[in-house]
Amino acid sequence: MAELQFREALKHAIDEEMDRDESVFVMGEEVAEYNGAYKVTEGLLDKYGFKRVIDTPISELGFAGLGVGAAMHGLRPIVEFMTFNFAVLAADQIINHATKVKYMTGGQIDCPIVFRGPNASAGQLGATHSVAYDSMYAHFPGLKVIYPSEPGDAKGLLKSAIRDNNPVVFMESEQMYGMKGEVPDTEDFIIPIGKGKIKREGRDVTLVAHGKMYHVAVQAAAQLAKDGIECEIIDPRTVKPLDIPLIIESIKKTNRCVLVDEAHPFGGLAAEIGFLIQREAFDYLDSPVQRVCLPDVNAPFSKKLFDAWFPSPKNVIDAVNQVTYRI
Amino acid sequence: MAKKIKDDIVFAPTGIGEMNEGAVQKGVDLPAATKKNHIDLGLSEEQLLQMYEQMYLQRRFEERSMQQYQKGKFGGFLHLYIGQEAISTGTAHATEPDDDIITAYRDHGWGLVKGITPNEGMAELFGKATGSSRGKGGSMHFAKAENHFWGGYGIVGGHIPINAGFAFANKYNQTGNVSLCFFGDGAVDQGALHETLNLAQLWKLPAIFVVENNGYSMGTAAARHTVAQIVDRAKGYDMKSAVINGMDLFSVYEKMKEIADDVRENSEPWFVEIRTYRFRGHSMSDPQKYRSKEEMEEYQKIDPILRLKSYLTSKKIAGVESLQEIEDKVEQEILDAVKFADESPFPDEKELYEDMFDEDNPYFHV
Repeated sequence: MAELQFREALKHAIDEEMDRDESVFVMGEEVAEYNGAYKVTEGLLDKYGFKRVIDTPISELGFAGLGVGAAMHGLRPIVEFMTFNFAVLAADQIINHATKVKYMTGGQIDCPIVFRGPNASAGQLGATHSVAYDSMYAHFPGLKVIYPSEPGDAKGLLKSAIRDNNPVVFMESEQMYGMKGEVPDTEDFIIPIGKGKIKREGRDVTLVAHGKMYHVAVQAAAQLAKDGIECEIIDPRTVKPLDIPLIIESIKKTNRCVLVDEAHPFGGLAAEIGFLIQREAFDYLDSPVQRVCLPDVNAPFSKKLFDAWFPSPKNVIDAVNQVTYRI
Repeated sequence: MAKKIKDDIVFAPTGIGEMNEGAVQKGVDLPAATKKNHIDLGLSEEQLLQMYEQMYLQRRFEERSMQQYQKGKFGGFLHLYIGQEAISTGTAHATEPDDDIITAYRDHGWGLVKGITPNEGMAELFGKATGSSRGKGGSMHFAKAENHFWGGYGIVGGHIPINAGFAFANKYNQTGNVSLCFFGDGAVDQGALHETLNLAQLWKLPAIFVVENNGYSMGTAAARHTVAQIVDRAKGYDMKSAVINGMDLFSVYEKMKEIADDVRENSEPWFVEIRTYRFRGHSMSDPQKYRSKEEMEEYQKIDPILRLKSYLTSKKIAGVESLQEIEDKVEQEILDAVKFADESPFPDEKELYEDMFDEDNPYFHV
């Protein structure tokens, strides 16, 4: 096991896949000569040259579409967005083209492309730089959506994403890039897309949390443990395909569930998992499922307002107290 | 001092009737056609007859499909290419079979000229399993990827960056192929075009971006939806450009060949405006109140198929009878295609879940 930063784990994944397959290339804003806005692609230009590590203008729609065309033509692009907040400009290419071209041509054309970059809030960046888009992309048929929480998962899943013959949205976080974690040294370490993981075992309540929210859940669980409440934490890792059997299995044991999701509440992953739990585990629930999400409000700037807006361990603890009838 | 308040503010330029006081206002001004004959252009008589057959096929295929649509044989949209056939045909002959072509939703002519058979095309319109896209695409999504025809696309301008991706892949793999993207004049107003032109010129992509300016973005005349001359967009990107008379097959062939050769040689993109005219409405439910009968008649006098026909007869390359034989053959082929489409099975219901992913056991959320 090596201890790597999140960004290093991502870079290793890209490096290994570029090394393995000539058709893999990276493009995006500042990925080459600047060495990556968040240093995920650091050193790749030196190793692979200007043909395969390509700086783009600030034209999300243009270069995302160019990537889609290159993928249709047999290449395997990794398209980096400086943040998924900017990818909204490219949403037509992701939602209308990458995901639909195979279907509407009766299976004639594949589109093996990875769209990756940081997702959701990164602190006080104001309303337009703070949205979590994983649930939105997961809504659309034809897309796989991954939002890992730890370097090991990130590496194994990004390698799978690059090898996948279908479009994949791979999400990261500015606030996690520097986070360290263990990454297996095993050669060609791969994690299959669609498999969640029980990251903490517990008997009292199931917490489902992915991406940055996983770390909020971990902090809450540590606090609650001092109070004698043992949380089971499930990290779905992949938003779609969603590993719902793993979640249901846990709920059948704990009979209680809190969903922690960095999205706004309406129609997000928490809403979806909540529905699935009532369908699959209705008779096992000892209390209604609760969720901790962003409020239905835009991201504020002011530190005080931001702290009130962003899901905190305290919010998770409150929700756990609610489902365990401790309040 | 209080400003005087105007009550006659007009933003979008208003309709033809008011603007031109009843005179025929053409949707597009055609540049002069080439003066070269087929020998100058290096086209054989055999090739000319093949071109005639292809253009006639596209025309009659669409006229029949319109009839079938009106009979209720299929639904959805049906955007006809009628009037614009010289562009698809001239381009197909001016380029190599492995050059990539992608177009918008007015795509039947392109499909036929790139090797979709009338049977496959008609069956696709009917939504049958035997269709070119197995009934999954319909009128707007004809495609034959094995022939480098990447399909018709339904989001105006959305396929323009995709063509840059084909050119990127051709340059990356050094295939020597050129990629061509066709779109209507309405797409010129989309940001996708501008981002793509910048990228294509910046990265020296072997791509050709072609506006088929038929004068109308649905029901909005070009002068009402876009400023200046469309071709001049190229200047802003320091890109090579041309304007072509799209009602004349020879003009399209001549210039597109020159351009494709240049792109192949120099790996630099072109922006081309081919001026043309569509003889039918935007789709099937279009009363066409935005243009005059007189305007239509002016363009019908220069119907590209009749123009080629009169060239063939006047140069004694083919007599009326031998052209009639071609027409009869095409007519029969299309009648057979209608029969084929009609008798073909609809896709099996399990096909609903096929072609979503390239894998054995795909996940579908339920």
